[in-house]
Amino acid sequence: MLENVNFLLIREIISSVFIIIGVMFMLIATIGLLRFPDFYIRMSAITKGATLGLGLILTGMGIYFNEPDMFLKVALIISFTFITSPVAAHVIGRTAVRNKIPFWPKTNLDEFKGYLRKDHMTRNHQKEEKEQKP
Amino acid sequence: MSIFSFTLIFAMAALSICLVMTAIRFAIGPTLPDRITAFDLFVANVIGIVAIYTELTGNVDFIDVAIILSLFGFLGSISFAYYLMKSTR
Repeated sequence: MLENVNFLLIREIISSVFIIIGVMFMLIATIGLLRFPDFYIRMSAITKGATLGLGLILTGMGIYFNEPDMFLKVALIISFTFITSPVAAHVIGRTAVRNKIPFWPKTNLDEFKGYLRKDHMTRNHQKEEKEQKP
Repeated sequence: MSIFSFTLIFAMAALSICLVMTAIRFAIGPTLPDRITAFDLFVANVIGIVAIYTELTGNVDFIDVAIILSLFGFLGSISFAYYLMKSTR
């Protein structure tokens, strides 16, 4: 019974489904990048959507080739992307807050204002110390 | 033309549209962090295109490009952010 099954066709269908879902995620993330009103919202859209879409595309490719070294390389790329993407987003977001990139007016900043004030106070304090030194 | 190759070509076209929209955001982005995030998405799109191209041609060697690219994209965005933070202080 197993001889009648076309395994290549099954692999192609599963791979196609994974790739289509991943491409849809990337397309939605890119539309979010183009349409959202604020830098921070845009960054959140990219970091989640594009990473998940990339993981799904690579998983579909690994299923199609069905070789051990291919699965190893796919796992390597997915682990790199899933580790480095949140770190890069965190660093860029902190840089944006430090550079006073404006927020969207409707953003709820009640909890964030205390942190922001404290952060700017410490920065001004450091600047004053640096100016006093020479 | 089987359904599989049609799916791959459709995916490639969709990712190309993604690249164009990212380039538009790269051009009009009001601030520098916008451009850094657009660059990040650019690298992710190119990794996806390389993966689909590997599947379309059946040549396994192309996937090494995606490994190197996933490392260099992270390095690029981190160094841009580091430079930006250094220059404002």
